[in-house]
Amino acid sequence: MTTTSKHRKEKINEQLGFIGLRIITLLTVIPILGLVAYIIVKGAPAISWEFLTAPPSNGMREGGILPAIVGTIYLTIGTAIFSVPLGVMAGIYLSEYAKESTLTRLIRIAIINLAGIPSVVYGLFGLGLFVVFLKFGTSILSASLTLSIMTLPTIISTTEEALRSVPNSFRVVSTSLGASKWQTVRRIVLPQALPGIITGVILGLERAAGETAPILFTGATFFLPILPQSPLDATMALPYHIFVISTQIPGMPVSIQYGTVLVLLIFVLGMNLIATLIRSHARAKRQW
Amino acid sequence: MRVPNVNGDIMKEFIIKNLSLRYSDDNESLRNISLEIESKAITVLFGPAGGGKSTFLRVLNRLNDLADVKEMKGEVIFQGQNILDPKTDVIELRRKIGMVFSRPVPLPLSIYDNVAYGLVMAGEKNKQKLDHAVEQALRQSFLWDEVNDRLKDSAYSLSGGQQQRVCLARVLALEPEVVMLDEPTSALDPIATSNIEEMLGELKQQYTIIIAPHNVQQAVRVADYAAFFLMGELIEFGPGKEIFHTPRDKRTSDYITGRYG
Repeated sequence: MTTTSKHRKEKINEQLGFIGLRIITLLTVIPILGLVAYIIVKGAPAISWEFLTAPPSNGMREGGILPAIVGTIYLTIGTAIFSVPLGVMAGIYLSEYAKESTLTRLIRIAIINLAGIPSVVYGLFGLGLFVVFLKFGTSILSASLTLSIMTLPTIISTTEEALRSVPNSFRVVSTSLGASKWQTVRRIVLPQALPGIITGVILGLERAAGETAPILFTGATFFLPILPQSPLDATMALPYHIFVISTQIPGMPVSIQYGTVLVLLIFVLGMNLIATLIRSHARAKRQW
Repeated sequence: MRVPNVNGDIMKEFIIKNLSLRYSDDNESLRNISLEIESKAITVLFGPAGGGKSTFLRVLNRLNDLADVKEMKGEVIFQGQNILDPKTDVIELRRKIGMVFSRPVPLPLSIYDNVAYGLVMAGEKNKQKLDHAVEQALRQSFLWDEVNDRLKDSAYSLSGGQQQRVCLARVLALEPEVVMLDEPTSALDPIATSNIEEMLGELKQQYTIIIAPHNVQQAVRVADYAAFFLMGELIEFGPGKEIFHTPRDKRTSDYITGRYG
């Protein structure tokens, strides 16, 4: 009798534990879903063809946000141009070529710490190095380079991780068949790791697209009625524009604020969705 | 046993002198191994796990370059060259000394691309030559009839036994001198196992075979020559019949009769 009642008690405790954990998990999801839903409800009415294709007018209280959208796209592309080749190559080097040594350990520690630096510090660094010292001015170039440095750690470590997840037996087999190191990497390891690398790249760029602080001093401008013409022009950008219209302009219509936030959210979550699709597609196709 | 060649001497594929090896983690090692491996015969390396058989095989094609080797001494003479010499062209060497591993590890490619892999890496671009080599290799490993209508399918769509034969075929496609097999049947069922064993008898007409079988019975079945490895040492080496029927060392006979293992 005592054993069965003890069992029952354990079972009830376990049930309660499960329910508790489930509630807590739901609690973490609800604010996020709520936030997104709220922004959609408040921002959707502001979105129109004009909103997406016209520059702001009347002190930004009317019109659209085209220069900010285009600016964010330019900055994302600019960041990709610098950070993707560099980050992927560094990841390949660290995973496939570098021998474990004090140097590589140092590099890894540096990468981890780089990822933890507050973004405003990157902004100031970019201001000092690119804007002032290299005389690129407040420009798309300076801002892209700054965002690239911020994005690099993510790209390097996700690339390295994706490469490491490819079973070592493939490398051994390929080598045993007379393939050189680079042939093995290019023919076997890299194609298998590619979905993981692309996912990491997108997640890194997504973060860059949504950042305000790094572009604050390096490339973003308060208001620019025309689109930037060269990489050395300053640009409007969505995150900074949101900051501006939320805090700097008296009498700003709330709907435009929410509309702008919604556009940025769609931009960033859209990238996230692409990354997720690539990952799940690759996982379904993977054979090993 | 093999008949001596026209010159009256038995051809040696490998001459190994005083080979010693230690890994960084001091796990498995080889101690002072000396051994001559005969050409176009089946040499069996047997003994308990951790005795150094895999390590020994991976010295012969320098695959151990990928592992964390702390120290290696001695000589391995192959075709008149000491292949442990740092100047050895290891890529060329590995094309001559193929290896089949204990688990079938098809590369994540089609059946065709798996078999053609070594040749393509060696720079062969001629489609006809590749087609021919792939067919030849698949015939040699008795797989052609089963897969010739689906060469473009993933090698992972095959059964375990078929996968292992793809792994053999992709070694044979390179027309190597030596084929090494490291417990090639340990992941296979008895039928697939006997297929592979049967194949070995055919293959030794053309290739020097070195195999670490996954049990003593298999060693007895396939051996022309046998080497007993124990804790990194070569205890005994000689013609298979002598080693298995009249072993000189008590440790060998104890292992063969199953006193330990």
